[in-house]
Amino acid sequence: MSSTPPSSLHLAVALDGAGWHPASWREPVARPHDLFTAGYWADLVTEAERGLLDFVTIEDGLGPQSSHFLDPDERSDQVRGRLDAVLIASRVAPLTRRIGLVPTVVATHTEPFHISKAIATLDYVSAGRAGLRVQITARPNEAAHFGRRTIPRIEAYDHPDTGGLVAGLVDEAADYVEVVRRLWDSWEDDAEIRDAATGRFIDRDKLHYINFEGRFFSVRGPSITPRPPQGQPLVTALAHQTVPYRLVARQADIGYVTPHDAEQARPIVAEIRAEQEAAGRAGEPLHVFGDVVVFLDDDQAAAENRRARLDALAGEPYTSDARIFAGTPDQLADLLQELHTAGLTGFRLRPAVAGHDLPAITRGLVPELQRRGAFRRAYEADTLRGLLGLARPANRYAAATA
Amino acid sequence: MSKPLKQIHLAAHFPGVNNTTVWSDPRAGSNIEFSSFVHFAQTAERAKFDFLFLAEGLRLREQGGQIYDLDVVGRPDTFTVLAALAAVTEHLGLTGTINSTFNEPYEVARQFASLDHLSGGRSAWNVVTSWDAFTGENFRRGGFLPQEERYSRAKEFLAAANELFDSWHGDEILADQETGTFLRDAKAGAFVHTGQHFDIHGQFNVPRSPQGRPVIFQAGDSEEGREFAASEADAIFSRHATLEAGQAFYTDVKNRLAGYGRRHDQLLILPAATFTLADTDAEAEELAREVRRQQVSGATALKHLEFVWNRDLSSYDPDGPLPDIDPDVSDNHISKGRAQVRMYRDPLATAREWRELAAANNWSIRDLVIETGNRQNFIGSAETIARTINEFVQADASDGFILVPHITPTGLHEFADKVVPLLQEQGVFRTEYEGPTLRDHLGLAHPDDVRDERVAS
Repeated sequence: MSSTPPSSLHLAVALDGAGWHPASWREPVARPHDLFTAGYWADLVTEAERGLLDFVTIEDGLGPQSSHFLDPDERSDQVRGRLDAVLIASRVAPLTRRIGLVPTVVATHTEPFHISKAIATLDYVSAGRAGLRVQITARPNEAAHFGRRTIPRIEAYDHPDTGGLVAGLVDEAADYVEVVRRLWDSWEDDAEIRDAATGRFIDRDKLHYINFEGRFFSVRGPSITPRPPQGQPLVTALAHQTVPYRLVARQADIGYVTPHDAEQARPIVAEIRAEQEAAGRAGEPLHVFGDVVVFLDDDQAAAENRRARLDALAGEPYTSDARIFAGTPDQLADLLQELHTAGLTGFRLRPAVAGHDLPAITRGLVPELQRRGAFRRAYEADTLRGLLGLARPANRYAAATA
Repeated sequence: MSKPLKQIHLAAHFPGVNNTTVWSDPRAGSNIEFSSFVHFAQTAERAKFDFLFLAEGLRLREQGGQIYDLDVVGRPDTFTVLAALAAVTEHLGLTGTINSTFNEPYEVARQFASLDHLSGGRSAWNVVTSWDAFTGENFRRGGFLPQEERYSRAKEFLAAANELFDSWHGDEILADQETGTFLRDAKAGAFVHTGQHFDIHGQFNVPRSPQGRPVIFQAGDSEEGREFAASEADAIFSRHATLEAGQAFYTDVKNRLAGYGRRHDQLLILPAATFTLADTDAEAEELAREVRRQQVSGATALKHLEFVWNRDLSSYDPDGPLPDIDPDVSDNHISKGRAQVRMYRDPLATAREWRELAAANNWSIRDLVIETGNRQNFIGSAETIARTINEFVQADASDGFILVPHITPTGLHEFADKVVPLLQEQGVFRTEYEGPTLRDHLGLAHPDDVRDERVAS
């Protein structure tokens, strides 16, 4: 049960470089020379925490950002280059106290064993505020950075003629998450006993081989890192269609979806809930968040003008998978509440310009939602699971032997 | 004229998962909670140490088919905890041990370059190898690498990572808001690496970090390991902490540098060293004996004897005599995930020698393991330890030490409070950090300057 009132919604912010608009770095408020410093990220996350947000996500990728679907674009007029998202999250963890930290991890080319202990460690250094956003990549150039597999070219992730490639990558990501989760449980909470009488540091009966064997890899376990403070840090994923909806329904605590209005939201939520039921998770809490790109100003004309100015700088109108909103905090609160009634339990806002729209969220939108009784007035829990109304789960291996 | 005094380098090894760490001591704290790491790192920084050192192992050790339970078990992810420690320290270098077998260059280079940015130039990489299928069971490729190829993969891994670090030069980001030019060169980060182990190309996506490349450590002691260090490393994490063995190793490795066009001061020799500190030398000797008995319980003694015997010895009395039965000489070793067991190349001879030693001294199994195991390197009063460390460094047995305390996380306090001031008084250890980066602390040039020097010569 959530400890927040039922009318309350959850708010996260998606951080990506100078912001989600490709020309965001050119705004006077942007700090393009600081993008690769700890101070820049600490300032953003601190601002998000000031607004009592549930968590931040941090974008990442295993190649340069690109305006093309598959290939590098070799553009020099947009931000290129980024730091590892897990390490950014960890670097800011000791500087914050309540806000959740959810870095992006790419399942396609990385090791579930490494990521499991990395997120467990993020949970330790943040005292229970860690999560991950799992992502796949079908970019051939990113595969070439690793040289371990080749990935055939496809037209789009939702193109009918992907030859099962995307479904395969999503299946692999589902196995990856399964391994990450089993490894988090591979130590029972009370495995460390420090029993001086017998000289045993651990009770090895409380450590478990996970013995995962799948189509894509096998992992033996246990983890080298004890079970993290939250037991299971949050698993989140962005999904635009049935195959990834299924991943969300089976493996995630939060799915991010991109309906542009309440009418689009209802069938998406219904589909995820049906998949959730089919996966045998009907009783479990699963959040469905709407992603919205925001240009937020005190009057609508200012927001729209800013969007137009940035589009002019970029040389083309900004497009997105998600709804693009330009308006006032009051109008955005209306939109979020309407989408909330369509079944979305929270929102991941993508600030068009981090230096402008993030403070507009924390200092404009949040007070407006608070006035409406739709957002917390103080942090009510000290873990990310707690903020989202998720109980600390029992350990799957302990349950099996109980 | 006498030689100018060498400056000593000191580092702190977070207590690890072997029996050096005495977890049973009432003062011992958590080895996994972040507060222990913060405490330890901040103590090292207060003492003006060069860096913190973290070891790594990618599979829990087993013995006799069961997870080894007598030592500390469990540790954090190296990169993640170092990035968090960057937030609670300002100057301390952050050295992480990262395996070149169960990782890929693109990802590791991203992680070190990111850590270097996020710490303002304080990252270092201890490059280690492994090959065993035992560890491989936790990874996608399993035990894919033949033992004899582990150094060739490590060398190529590091070469590829260096190409990635160097694929950005540091002047690409213009970020001119007026003209809209973010990158001076849209091809920044372009790389192609083709070799025996890696065939990779594309664009690296982390701009040049403050140190250019992380400081490189090497820890292997074999002939191949020494050559690898002489050709590639900035520092060696060695095991030779006695005066004679240290001098021999030091001379051997430094003499290899010329073959790679490198100077003596471009590779630091930093052995791991344990210490026992007390008010007087006599008290320290007594304390050292007590600590050794804590480190080697009866149960631990039997397990360590099994490293040589390669048999289940659980039915033996650790306070009784050594087994009459001979070691099982077999490739399938009772102990898995532990490099140490490979030291005993001729177990039959070792067993014979130990039986003779035990008989001559009337030692039990436990006595023998205590006496033949690693004694603390530095035992004495603060004055004695400071003097000894300085003598070792000035006599070229090392360039400093990576200290391994036996208590988590407070085991450095006395050293910081009592020994460091004496070294500072003698003018052989810094009283303030002189620069922001780990290269500054270690007196190592930025890689761009090294390259320029090689080009000019």
